[in-house]
Amino acid sequence: MDQTALKVEHLYFRYPGQDRMLFSDLNLEIAAGERFGLFGPNGAGKTTLISLMTGLLSYERGDIWLLGNTIKSKRKEVNKLFGFVPQTFSFYQELSPVANLEFFGAWSGLNKKEIKKRTNELMDIMSLQEVKNKPVEQFSEGMKRRVNLAIGIIHSPRILFLDEPTVGVDVQTRHGIIGYLKELNKNGTTLVYTSHQLSEAEGLCKKIAFINEGKIIACGDIDVLLADNKEKGLEELFLNLTGKDFRNQ
Amino acid sequence: MKLWATIKKDLRILLRDKVGIALMFGMPVALVVIVTSIQNNTFELLNKNKIALAVCNKDTGVVARQFIQAIDKIGMFKIIPIAGGKSEAEIKDRMRTDKMLVGVVLPADFSLQTTTKAKNTAARAMSSFGLPGNPFKVHLASGSPITLYYAPILQESYKLSIQGSLNSALQMVQSAEVLKNLYFSINGTPLPGSLEQDMLTGNMQIKEEPLTLDGNKFIPNASQHNVPAWTIFAMFFIVMSLGGSVVQEKLNGSFIRLKTLPTNYYIALLSKQITYLGVTMLQAIVIFAIGICLFPFIGLPGLRLPSDLTALVVVTLICGWCAVSYAICIGVFAATREQANGFGAISIVILAALGGLMVPGFAMPGSLQTIIKLSPLHWCLDAYYALFLEGGNLKDIWVNIVPIFLTTIVIQLFIFIGLKKKKLI
Repeated sequence: MDQTALKVEHLYFRYPGQDRMLFSDLNLEIAAGERFGLFGPNGAGKTTLISLMTGLLSYERGDIWLLGNTIKSKRKEVNKLFGFVPQTFSFYQELSPVANLEFFGAWSGLNKKEIKKRTNELMDIMSLQEVKNKPVEQFSEGMKRRVNLAIGIIHSPRILFLDEPTVGVDVQTRHGIIGYLKELNKNGTTLVYTSHQLSEAEGLCKKIAFINEGKIIACGDIDVLLADNKEKGLEELFLNLTGKDFRNQ
Repeated sequence: MKLWATIKKDLRILLRDKVGIALMFGMPVALVVIVTSIQNNTFELLNKNKIALAVCNKDTGVVARQFIQAIDKIGMFKIIPIAGGKSEAEIKDRMRTDKMLVGVVLPADFSLQTTTKAKNTAARAMSSFGLPGNPFKVHLASGSPITLYYAPILQESYKLSIQGSLNSALQMVQSAEVLKNLYFSINGTPLPGSLEQDMLTGNMQIKEEPLTLDGNKFIPNASQHNVPAWTIFAMFFIVMSLGGSVVQEKLNGSFIRLKTLPTNYYIALLSKQITYLGVTMLQAIVIFAIGICLFPFIGLPGLRLPSDLTALVVVTLICGWCAVSYAICIGVFAATREQANGFGAISIVILAALGGLMVPGFAMPGSLQTIIKLSPLHWCLDAYYALFLEGGNLKDIWVNIVPIFLTTIVIQLFIFIGLKKKKLI
């Protein structure tokens, strides 16, 4: 646990055409093997921060390091280290899970043999064996979430970014996905997770950061944060730190 | 491995796109069959079938009958007589009822006008030769004209062709009358029939020969014109499938994931180009095969492939690559599938019209002559025509291939700029 999986250093970012900086001098460090949760109200900057960490957006100043590699200059190497499970279904819905895994596996740098082996494993793990050759567009929301996750981990990444991986799924699917994520973590994968499901996050994450209006307003072990703020649960802590007003973003 | 996996993915998506396949194959095949049939019918109408010509002769004179015989001799018309006593309205009604496209009405004084004019001309000629003769000084106040009725649907070129033929027959009759009068004035006897024939009908024949590069005397037909033209149209029409596919990939989220993977998006672009280049080649094979095998069975002239097949493959490949590049470019810049399909389809129709696929380039106004060179379809068509119609080979079509290649490179540059600008690469 002594290696740093992810380090955000003096990060500055604003969207093109906007005057206001979304992030000004943002710093964050996540240890390797951690199960880290990133929470905040709508528009707080969670998805933007994940997009910056995964290289989908470029930042103005500062730097982001993944396992010692800066994503500015070592993009290709960095891309091999992490997996990404976006909130949207980011795959070809007209294709089957196997066809999707075959394609994304190749793009992740796996060879034919590795793809075949991993596809079989993942179809078992995600309980998709029976439908592995059917077009994903025929699947339920929960099944699509499992395909989305399977694609993100086909190359066994060392860091896995998950943006609301269980949104819109039933209790069984959520339970199954969270259980598998814990198992992945036991095998050494660092999880960086965002969600609005704070009860789910409580069961998954050890460390969390609250982000509000582009600033990290609290970061640390869940138990420590709850004790320091004299709160019983994450939801109360969240409301205490970010306020109860509606967010129009 | 990455490229092959991407090609497999693109092929799988393509095979599931039934509407796209129908647009890429069914629509061009239907177009090539329908347009070739229509053009072949028009060609046969002009060259083999006679045009029904309603003739209403209000004159009882000999010259009017000779004029009608002269029209008949041209061989272009099937004369349908209408009784001379009919009024203008009745003639028009008859033409409408019987769906006749052209009608001629000879005025009652046609023979008188012609002979009077001939006598005057002959007298003037005698006078100018310095020969004795009585100048004929009868003048008709104002002769009634020959009236030509035509259906408004008749194309201008078609109408001009009919007018030319009728003028030729009129000229023949008028010349015969002048000759007869001149001969009589000089010799005092009528012009012998055989001499009249010799003097009026030239023995010089017109030999027709197509201007081909290989000396082949094969006469081009509707198939040789239409199959290459609509094959090019089909290739460029893949914008409907490929342009939409690129947009779809940008919008459906898969692009987000692709950007986080350790593979350059150029692999995806290369895959799309290879996959759809294969589609364009297949389109060409299917359409050419239909021209060769199916056309003779449905009464159309069979397509003859050029003698230089290597040149045909080269032209097809370069046209296909240009078409694929154009479709990808549309997909990169379009924000929605509707934009890609709408702009793609309309722009291809415009480029096809400018390129001479619908109306030959030489028939376009001078102001468009420079603009048509901007359409890659123009260069593709010129290259195909050099092979299919002129019997050219590879060295004859470099002049067309180079502009297509340069256009493709420019489009590829636009793709690169578009992807960079939209931060997609």
